[in-house]
Amino acid sequence: MLRYIGKRLLQMIPVLIGIAFIIFFIMDFTPGDPARLILGQSATAEAVEQLTEEMGLNDSFFTRFFRYIYNAVVNLDFGVSYRTMKPVFDDVFTRFPVSIYIALCGMIGSTLFGIPLGVLSAVKQYSKLDTAVNVVAMTMVAMPPFWVAMVLILVFSLYLGVLPSAGATTWIHYILPTITLTLANGSAVLRITRSSMLETIRMDYVRTAQAKGVPRRVIIFKHAFKNALLPVITTVGYIFGSLLGGAIICETVFAMPGLGSLIVLSIKMKDIPVVMASIILLALSYGVIMLIVDLMYAFIDPRIKAKYQRG
Amino acid sequence: MSEYNFNNSDKDGYVLEIKDLEVIYETDLETVHAVNNVSFSVRAGETFGLVGETGAGKTTTALSILRLLPDRTGKVTKGEIFFNGENLLELSDEVMRKEINGERVSMIFQDPMTSLNPIMNVGEQIYEALKYHNPEKKTKEELEKRVEETLELVGIPKKRKNEYPHQFSGGMKQRVIIAIALACKPELLIADEPTTALDVTIQAQVLAMMSELNEKLGTATILITHDLGVVANMCDDAAVMYAGELVELGTVEDIFESEDHHPYTVGLFGSIPNLDEERERLQPIEGLMPDPTALPFGCHFQDRCPYCFDRCINEHPQLLKLSDTHSIRCHLFSDKALEVNHD
Repeated sequence: MLRYIGKRLLQMIPVLIGIAFIIFFIMDFTPGDPARLILGQSATAEAVEQLTEEMGLNDSFFTRFFRYIYNAVVNLDFGVSYRTMKPVFDDVFTRFPVSIYIALCGMIGSTLFGIPLGVLSAVKQYSKLDTAVNVVAMTMVAMPPFWVAMVLILVFSLYLGVLPSAGATTWIHYILPTITLTLANGSAVLRITRSSMLETIRMDYVRTAQAKGVPRRVIIFKHAFKNALLPVITTVGYIFGSLLGGAIICETVFAMPGLGSLIVLSIKMKDIPVVMASIILLALSYGVIMLIVDLMYAFIDPRIKAKYQRG
Repeated sequence: MSEYNFNNSDKDGYVLEIKDLEVIYETDLETVHAVNNVSFSVRAGETFGLVGETGAGKTTTALSILRLLPDRTGKVTKGEIFFNGENLLELSDEVMRKEINGERVSMIFQDPMTSLNPIMNVGEQIYEALKYHNPEKKTKEELEKRVEETLELVGIPKKRKNEYPHQFSGGMKQRVIIAIALACKPELLIADEPTTALDVTIQAQVLAMMSELNEKLGTATILITHDLGVVANMCDDAAVMYAGELVELGTVEDIFESEDHHPYTVGLFGSIPNLDEERERLQPIEGLMPDPTALPFGCHFQDRCPYCFDRCINEHPQLLKLSDTHSIRCHLFSDKALEVNHD
C-alpha cells in the first residue's frame, strides 16, 4: 500500500512540471509588460527597459521557463510577486487556508444535503417524495450561484441583519458561502447518489440479503449504499478540488480573500510568479485529493485494495 | 379449487403446498402472465424438480414463495402458498423477514458471481443470516462457531471465512451461497439453477454436495433446472413447466420411464444428446414459447406441438391424472385419464 502511495506521489512530479509549462506558456501570450506594471505609467521607457533586462524578461521563453523550474525545484524559490514585491508564498499561503475552509464547507454541505436525499429518493423511487426531491435538485442546478449569493446577502444581511455579508474572519462568515455552495453543488451529489443507489439496489446480492431475511434498513445501508459509494466519493472529491481554486464567485460576492480571487487578480496584473505558484499549489492539492479518493476506494472495496497491494 | 394429492394421501407430510398460484408482472405498457394456475406439493425431506426452458416461470414461482417478487411490478393475483399449513401470502412483511426468509425457507440463486456482496467477507455474509434469526439469543462467539461449521459443511476451510468473494472461484462462491442458505437449517431450500453458471466438473461436485447435505439435514428441496440429467440424478418428484403452467407432473420414474408424456416433455428429451442412440442431429423443439403478454386461448404449446389438433386450439387442456402420481396437461390423453383436475 505504501509503495502504491509513493508511486502515485512520484507520478505527480511530471504532471506538475507539465502544468507549470502550460501556464507559463499561456501567460507568455497574454498582453502586458510586467516591468511597466511594476514601475507604473509615469516611468520612463529607459527605466522600464532596464528593469526588463534586470528581471531577465528579454531572455528566450525556454531560458526563462527552465530558470523558473530550476529555481523552484533546487532552491524552492518561486520568485517575488510583481505586484507586492514580496515572496509569492506570503500572499498565497495567507489565502490558501481561506480557500480550504470554503472548499470544505461547500463539500460538507453538499454531502450532507445530497447523500441522504439521494438515498431516500432511490429507495422510494417513483414516489411523490422522489419527484419532489428531483424537482428541488433541478431547481438548484438552475439557480446561478452569484444570484443565490446576492439573494442570501439581501435577506440575511440586509433585511434580517443576522449574518455578515463580507469577510472570512469567523465561522459565522462561512454560513452564507456554505449555503451558496451547497445549493450549487449539492444536486450533483444527490443525483449521483440516487443513480448509483438505484443500480446497486437491483443487484443480485441485495436479493440474496432479502432472501436471508436481513432487515430492510440494513440492506439499504450495509449492502446497497456501501456498494454505491464509489462514484459518490469521486464526485465529492471532485467538488472539493474544484472549489479550492474555483469558488471565485463566492469569494468575490462575499469578499473572502481566497486563492481563486488572488489568481484572477494576478492574471489581470500579469503577476506571473503568483499565478504560477497558486496554480501549482492547486494542482498539487488536487493530486493529493484524488489520491485520497483512490485510497478511500481501497478502504471500501477489497478488490481495489488487492489491486493496490499488488503494486 | 382443485384437489392435489398426487403423491400420497398423507397431507401432513407436506412442507409446501402451492395451490392455483397465479403471478403477473404489470407495467403501464403490458401485463406479463408469468405463472398461471400452478399447483404442486413438496414433502418433507424430498427433492422436487421444476424443469422448463428460460422464461417458463420457474424463478417467478420460487420468488413468490419467499415473497421477493419485484416491488412494483410483480403481483400474486390468485392462489395460496401453504408452508407447514400456514399461508405465506397472508403473513406480514415483518413476520416473513423474521421467521420465514433465511430461517425456515432459504434460496440459492442462479449466478454465484453476482449473488454475493463483493465488499463483505464471506464469513460476515453467513453470519448475517444467523444474526437476524437468533431466537435463542446465542452469543457472537457461538454464532461465529456456527459460521465456521457451516463453511466446513460445504467443504470450505474455516480459515477462509475472512476472505472476500473475489478470492473464491465460481464453484467455491456457489458453496458459500449454499452455506448462507443452510446456515439456519431451513425446512425448505429453493435452489434456482444452482449449477447453471458453473462448469461441468464443478456442477457434479456441487450437486453431489447438495444431495449429501439434503440427506444429512433432511431439508426439503425445490430444484429449479433446465437440465433433465440433474433431475434424474437428484429428484424424487418433478414437474415440467411451460409458459407459466405445469404441463406434466409426476415422480421421476413417471417422467423418465412412463410411456405417456406431454409432447413438450418428449421434445425436451429429444433435445438432449444420447450416447446410446445413433442420431445425426439433436432435435430441437421448433419455434418459441408464446408471448406471455398474450397467451393463446387453447393449449399454450399448440404452435410448437407436432400432434396439435382442433381441440387444442379451441379448448384449454386441464391437468389429466393418468395414475396416482402422474398428471399431464394434454388433450391427447383425455381417454386415458383417471380424473380431471379442473383449474
